[in-house]
Parts: sequence; structure tokens; C-alpha cells
Amino acid sequence: MPVTESSPTPAADWPADAVAALRALDIEQVAYVPDAGLTRFLTLAEEEDGIAMTSVVTEEDAVALTSGAWLGGQRALAAMQSSGVGNIVNMLTLPRVCGMPLLMLVTMRGEPGEANPWQEAMGRAVPALLDAAGVEVRRVESAAEIGPALARAGADAFEGNRQICVQIAQSVIGFKGFNGEGQGRGEGDAPTPDA
Amino acid sequence: MPRLPMLDRRAAVAELLKNRGDDLLVVAGLGAPAWDCTAAGDHDLTFPLWGAMGGAVPIGLGLAQAQPEKRVLVVTGDGEMLMGLGSLTAVGARKPANLAIVVLDNERYGETGMQRTNTGRGTNLAAVAKAAGIPVVATVGSPARLDEAVSLARTARGPVFVTLKIEPAEHELVLPPRDGVHLTQRFRAALGV
Repeated sequence: MPVTESSPTPAADWPADAVAALRALDIEQVAYVPDAGLTRFLTLAEEEDGIAMTSVVTEEDAVALTSGAWLGGQRALAAMQSSGVGNIVNMLTLPRVCGMPLLMLVTMRGEPGEANPWQEAMGRAVPALLDAAGVEVRRVESAAEIGPALARAGADAFEGNRQICVQIAQSVIGFKGFNGEGQGRGEGDAPTPDA
Repeated sequence: MPRLPMLDRRAAVAELLKNRGDDLLVVAGLGAPAWDCTAAGDHDLTFPLWGAMGGAVPIGLGLAQAQPEKRVLVVTGDGEMLMGLGSLTAVGARKPANLAIVVLDNERYGETGMQRTNTGRGTNLAAVAKAAGIPVVATVGSPARLDEAVSLARTARGPVFVTLKIEPAEHELVLPPRDGVHLTQRFRAALGV
């Protein structure tokens, strides 16, 4: 599969905007399971001093880790791909029952144009699952909106002990293609995706 | 061959938490470990879980990273630990020096009817922890070695993982508060955050 570097315009450099939002929110920990759509965001966050990046192996651990950080007086972000939302459902008990803030950043798969049909089921379920478990979902459909949306969601979550997910539409991230098919790119960050 | 006596969970946890001060932060896994920690003396700086199974270690990791000057002790059971085994890899990767994990291993799911867990069928939790990158691990089953286990959990440079092999006995329920908001707020207030 050909690899081309995207060259986002400043207005569409949502990963930089999102990291700036983390700094403005005083977020000191990020727990994540990687997604291709999160690659540049995770790389930029890793370069920041004062943000502890924890790679967890299942997304529920990211939720639990943010709760532990809150107990210890720090703000944290849980970042994951849409397929990971299915893994976190029971762990959402923790912030919900304990009145702890939860800030999630979820990049979508399985939306129209998706080349991997196995992504569709959980992608479709994300808003309903989160809503059923009491997490407010705020969908963002343009790269320019991501930084401001994350900043607002973080302020609402951390100042009001609310559980909020910023959901990034797949059209922003770009679409994976196999064997040269469907090399669609989003308007923002689009490193080479993997499955 | 007669089986050697194993540890009594209440006595072991009482030793583990003895003379604690405000520099020890405790996350207690759901079920009997939470009751054991409460029996040793309810404390504002103990966060007992009533759910979120599998979350004790990642909660402890987030807490340890937020409070590097405090000792963070996760006390949980084998069933809870088995559900969150993957989280040991995050501990092994981050290696927080102030985090200790103690698993009270009775090889049973105590809250659901004492069904056997896989630690009684071949899984060695300390070996899993070691393989996940946690440098200091131990398995202690005899009262004679409890002091050594307590020393590892309370003072050794972490991350530390200790399995305490305990008798599968049931004890009186000594319940912590159930209100999660209260538990969270008292913990943060006691910590001054």
C-alpha cells in the first residue's frame, strides 16, 4: 500500500490543536489504545513534558487509569478507536457511580466508506453504548472543530464531574484501503492506517 | 502429602496495613479484599471497590503516577486480578517505583460461591507479573514469611507484585461505605487535592 505524507493545513492540524487543549486543561496523563487516526496526536502528546503517556492493552484499563489519576488529583484523558468502546462498558461504572470526571477521545471506524466490514458493528453501537452507560457523546465532523470541542468537553467534565466523549467522525480521519483500493483521506491527520 | 498451612487473609491484611500513615494510599479490590481492608480499619485514604472488576491495578497505576511521593498499595483478589491481567503490562512498561500490588489468592471466586479460579489450575500470578515486566515479585504462603511480604509491599522500590496464598476461609463481612461519590470525595479531601 502506498504511503503518502499528508500535509495538513494549520487550520486542519487537529492533533496539534488537541494537544494544545490538553495543556490548557492541565491534563497530566493520557491512557490509550492506539488507533491509526490517533497516531499524530499520540506522537505530539508524547513529546510534551508533563504528560505521562500510558499504553494500555484494553480500553477499560484507560477508563480505570483516568479514575485513579483523578483520585490522586490529576486530570487524564482516555483515547481509543471506536471498536474499543465495546471493551469499556462495565468499567464506566467507576466514573459514573463515583462522580468522577471522564474525558474520552474516540476516533471512528465502521462509518460509510469503511473497507473492513468487521468495524461496522461496534462503530454503529458506539453512541448507543455510551449513552446507555451514561456518557454524553459529542460528535465532531470537521478537523477544525476537534480542538475546541475537546477543550469544551474537558472543562465540562473536570469542572462538573461529568462523563463526556468527543467522537471524531471517520471522514475527518480518513479511510483505510486494502491493496490500493479506496485510499480516501480525511481532511486532517491521516497517517497510514492499519487494520 | 499434607498441605502446608497457608495465610489467614484477615491477619495478613492487618499486618500489611499496620501503622499506616497519610503516605500510604490503598486501592482495595471488590469483595473480600475490600472487607479485609475495612476490617483492618476503614481509612479515608482507602478506596474500596464495589464493582469495576479488573480495574484495581489500572486505578492504582493512575494514582501512583499522580502521587509519586506516596506509596500506593493495591490489595485485590485472584479473581479480580485475573480479569485485569493485561494491566500488569502497563505497570511493567511504566514501572512506577511507588506502586505495590498484593493479591490475596485463595484460588476461589469468593463472592459468587467459592468457585475455583484458574490460579488453582495452573496460573501463577507472580510469574505472569514478572513476565509482564514487573521487576520485584514474590509468592508467599507461610506465616513465617509474612514479614518479608509486608516489607516488599510497604517499602521496597517498586513496582512490586506479591501473591499471598491464603486459606479459602470465609470471614465476617466488614463493609466499607458503598457511596462511590463519598469514597471519592473523602479520599481526595484527605489527600488535599
